Amino acid sequence: METDTKLLRRGGDTKSQRGTEESPFVKWLLITIALGFVVVFLLLPLANVFWQSLAHGLAVYWESLVDSDTRSAIKLTLLIAGISVPLNLLFGVAAAWAIAKFNFKGKPMLISLIDLPFAISPVVAGLMFVVLFGRQGFFGEWLDTHEIKIIFAVPGMVLATVFITFPFVARELIPVMEATGTEQEQAALTLGASGWQTFWHVTLPSVRWGLLYGVILCNARAMGEFGAVSVVSGHITGQTDTMPLRVEKLYQSASAASMTAAFAVASLLALLALITLVIKTFLEWRTQREFALAQRSVSETSPLAPSIQVSSRQQ
Amino acid sequence: MAARKFNALPGFGLTMGFTLVYLSVIVLIPIGGLIFKALGMSWAELWRLATTERAMAAYRLTFGASFIAALTNAIFGTILAWVLVRYHFPGRRFVDALVDIPFALPTAVAGLTLANLYSGNGWLGQFLVPLGIQGAYSQLGVVIALTFVGLPFVVRTLQPVLEGMEREVEEVAATLGAGRLRTFISVVAPTLFPTIITGFALAFARAVGEYGSVIFISSNIPRKSEIAPLVIITLLEQYEYTGAMALAVVLLTISFSLLIAINLLERWASRYHQH
Repeated sequence: METDTKLLRRGGDTKSQRGTEESPFVKWLLITIALGFVVVFLLLPLANVFWQSLAHGLAVYWESLVDSDTRSAIKLTLLIAGISVPLNLLFGVAAAWAIAKFNFKGKPMLISLIDLPFAISPVVAGLMFVVLFGRQGFFGEWLDTHEIKIIFAVPGMVLATVFITFPFVARELIPVMEATGTEQEQAALTLGASGWQTFWHVTLPSVRWGLLYGVILCNARAMGEFGAVSVVSGHITGQTDTMPLRVEKLYQSASAASMTAAFAVASLLALLALITLVIKTFLEWRTQREFALAQRSVSETSPLAPSIQVSSRQQ
Repeated sequence: MAARKFNALPGFGLTMGFTLVYLSVIVLIPIGGLIFKALGMSWAELWRLATTERAMAAYRLTFGASFIAALTNAIFGTILAWVLVRYHFPGRRFVDALVDIPFALPTAVAGLTLANLYSGNGWLGQFLVPLGIQGAYSQLGVVIALTFVGLPFVVRTLQPVLEGMEREVEEVAATLGAGRLRTFISVVAPTLFPTIITGFALAFARAVGEYGSVIFISSNIPRKSEIAPLVIITLLEQYEYTGAMALAVVLLTISFSLLIAINLLERWASRYHQH
């Protein structure tokens, strides 16, 4: 059926199919509205970040980035992402292995629970950790007597970030691992490979693009998270400010120079977003191509695609 | 959780054990802790704290602005998805990639740049402010920020459905003499409607919890332009933990209800286009 529609679409410009096309006027009107919406809501905001950050020249831009408080914010952001992303990567791989390769009761329930952090407001997420580890919280007194600081310190910010980015790797990896099935792993095991060898040499290579996809999305969110981290950070300049929190602080001080500095820090985060999008688009293009190749090899044996069959016979 | 193995692969116990422990520590215990602590209050107390005048004004703004933003996205997102799937024009793939910007761009950056765009000397504000349209530091600003963060949902939900739609049905309608508009209204629109509603609900759910982008563009005046998550933060800063928890429980309840509603909607939508 899929091939049928594709063939029809390929011939869709013939006169007999005009009834399913809008008139040129409607078509270009819709394209104009859609592009106008994209320009106003996506392109202008993005371009404005870079424009404003460079409005007073490269020297000012550079100066605002080497400011010691900004540098410590960059370091903290890298540190938090450097801890949270590997943790959620480890979890994502373990969860995907258990969910995609085995059958058990309550699987849909478990998948829903993994998705839960996406549904919760970041501010509420931050509050949860205050309730657990804050001074008034469950473990507050115990932590106080042992002089362990979690809230208004880096551990709390890591926890909040891990919570917010929790589902990313798992939810990208589960469908990919399900799609690859278990035959290859079974074969490797039959041939005498150990469980770990099978995982490293058979499973991991076959899901590497899906894994990378999940990791870059997880990383982008970890570095850009604002609400949850804001609740548990305490906003101590030079100590518990991440890059997004630094942007807010510079924005709030409301002088022209600090505004440019806010945009300078924001431009780094916007650059991160752009790199993420480029890798994401590339990975999607890649998997689509792999999918299309797989589809073609399937349709070569399918009677629904006579034209392709003929051409493959000629070869 | 009784494992019924259907194959000889190893590692189920290890990976499932780790998954459950990690899920509990990071997600379930924190959520449970908040609910447990909030339920330590009496219902009357919880109700009183969750429905203060300030909180009610914040709910009205949060849900009102989220609704308008999700509606805007439902209309323009549908047009955008349609254009991206059905038409070929220069730069189509570039525009398609741009749709994900709100997913990738940190909310603080979005709020910063949107506030600047719509302020008096910004690229858009210099034309809009003289006309009396205050995009920045207003309730309208909240709608603009929430439209931005919810933009990809309708488009990305609708695209695969549009791609998988069978053109034959439209051809039949055309053959039977229906004009293009008639075909669209009676054949195409009813098929797409459940998916558009799903996308709307996803955008709405995302908007309700949003904090980062809004606080930059809103003037954040209590009872006027203050969203519910900001009230939670303000109460926390004043050490009014119980008040903050009461509002958090309200938001949490609404998030969970929306999650269930979205699951039901997706089931409804998938009945219209089974592949």
